[in-house]
Amino acid sequence: MADTTSLEKPQTAQSQASNTEVAVEMKGVHKWFGEFHVLRDINLRVMRGERIVVCGPSGSGKSTMIRCINRLEEHQKGQIIVDGTELTNDLKRIDEIRRDVGMVFQHFNLFPHLTILENCTLAPIWVKKMPKKDAEEIAMKYLTRVKIPEQAHKYPGQLSGGQQQRVAIARSLCMNPQIMLFDEPTSALDPEMVKEVLDTMVSLAEEGMTMMVVTHEMGFARQVADRVIFMDYGQIVEMNEPEAFFSNPQHERTKLFLGQILH
Amino acid sequence: MTVMTPQRSFVRTASEEALPPPRTVAGPLAWVKENLFSGPINTAVTVLMAWFLFWIVPPILDYLFFSAVWTGQDGSACREDTTGREVGACWAFVIDRVNYFLYGSYPADLRWRPNLFFLVLAIGIVWMLWLDAPRRGLGAIYFFVVVPILSYWLLAGFPAIGLSNVPTGVWGGILVTIVVSAVGIVISLPVGVLLALGRRSHLPIVRLVCVIVIEFTRGVPLITVLFMANTMLPLFLAEGITVDRLVRPLIGVAFFASAYMAEVVRGGLQAIPKGQYEGAMSLGLSYPKMMYFIVLPQALRIVIPGIVNTFIGLFKDTTLVSIVGIFDLIRTVESARIDPLWSAPSVNYSGYAFAAIFYFFCCWGMSWYSQSVERRLAASEKR
Repeated sequence: MADTTSLEKPQTAQSQASNTEVAVEMKGVHKWFGEFHVLRDINLRVMRGERIVVCGPSGSGKSTMIRCINRLEEHQKGQIIVDGTELTNDLKRIDEIRRDVGMVFQHFNLFPHLTILENCTLAPIWVKKMPKKDAEEIAMKYLTRVKIPEQAHKYPGQLSGGQQQRVAIARSLCMNPQIMLFDEPTSALDPEMVKEVLDTMVSLAEEGMTMMVVTHEMGFARQVADRVIFMDYGQIVEMNEPEAFFSNPQHERTKLFLGQILH
Repeated sequence: MTVMTPQRSFVRTASEEALPPPRTVAGPLAWVKENLFSGPINTAVTVLMAWFLFWIVPPILDYLFFSAVWTGQDGSACREDTTGREVGACWAFVIDRVNYFLYGSYPADLRWRPNLFFLVLAIGIVWMLWLDAPRRGLGAIYFFVVVPILSYWLLAGFPAIGLSNVPTGVWGGILVTIVVSAVGIVISLPVGVLLALGRRSHLPIVRLVCVIVIEFTRGVPLITVLFMANTMLPLFLAEGITVDRLVRPLIGVAFFASAYMAEVVRGGLQAIPKGQYEGAMSLGLSYPKMMYFIVLPQALRIVIPGIVNTFIGLFKDTTLVSIVGIFDLIRTVESARIDPLWSAPSVNYSGYAFAAIFYFFCCWGMSWYSQSVERRLAASEKR
């Protein structure tokens, strides 16, 4: 693989930076919540079309890391470059990056006062200035893709958790993002609904979407991930291709973690 | 030896018919039993309330209708010594003075102008409040742009098109009450929302200014605000600029109501989960769009009862402008009842009874409307 970024060699990463193929680049990123050092020297390069799965115990900083990529959290040190644009305090740039980066949350975060269709068309109409008709057409296309076009005129509260999460994915896709971030998308779902959401994500991966997924669904990681990252104490502890990661973990923490979640 | 063993298997062969419920489960009799006499405490409360209603309702009806005087030319029609019977409300007095209660001293030949104003305002209110009305966007423009301008021309005058000037000093009665509360209500909601947003802002200066405005305005009585608006406002302005004596309390009332509204709205903003902000931000919505499309619609919906509560309070508080010399409804009642022509004991109470009925129906209307909106919104979200 072309991506040879690793913990120990941030310099290599820098020198190899070829702007068009790199989707996300994090260089020496640090973040603190007050006194608490949540992210410690994160170095990561995600190539276009790559699928990264991030796992780790709770409180390890994995959610915080991907939330930094669209500036839902602010990093205090280091560089984050998304699609060739560096994240700074420039609000305009942040909005530009957010337009290109879709995010799916653990608790869906659909807008309960809007119908499913309105949820999907709001941002295209008001952020991308798309005519309402086109936006609705695109929304219906993606709702069909996530297999719930018939729910378009209902409100989020009338849908099951799995359906809501698929709407959330469709809502992000309507903005035609270059990168999709998933923050534990199946953790709040009833067990029988996990599969429908994972299937949607798998089909998205098969189409070549750049994805960063925080999840504990190791089956999903095995199936679609190009690389699996294990985080603990705010650091990237181990990173490898899924085959090697699962069959031959190197670090003690990784072995312990995998031993606990894979039965 | 035969032992009763439970049936092991069962297959239904015929379907059970649906039967009407017994009379103790459904129907009026069941309702009465369930709701009024379900237990000893409930029964006692029912009996107590029945006795209370029996004690209070007949005298009220008697006062308002059966013993009331409906016709008459002066106070003698409403006095016991001349009518020879007990006299309830003296509606003859209210009917005789109703134009004064409506318009104050507004010139009699120009009263078509306030009438037209009432019509213009009523159209705007119905257009705004009727949720299924056609062209509601146009309705908003009409309400917030056309109505204020037309109202000003109609009431204060616009000599260029032949509407002579009418000084605000002669305005009075329900006209003034409506003008003061309409201005207060229309200004307090947007200003209150801005103050609430400012108070939650990350910018320290903006936050500080909003906190000071809110806490200062909320921390002093309305009467103080009105006196300050009346006497101090002219001092702040450059020499030569005078503020109309009706506009001064208008500003005071609007300020006061905005501060209360800000706190109501802030309560709604705090109830919106962080995920809603994050969802909006992740889609690239800017702060104003996020607030306008996502946060405020939900926040304001939560606090509809609080908003209407503030409106009702404001509507009744407008009576306080009489203290700075404005002839609102209460003040016109006051001055009408001491008119020697209508000197009768029952006249005093009748004027206030009329004012009470007017205020009650206005406030009850607001309350009823807000409840119907809440029900409708709740239904549209769940269903």
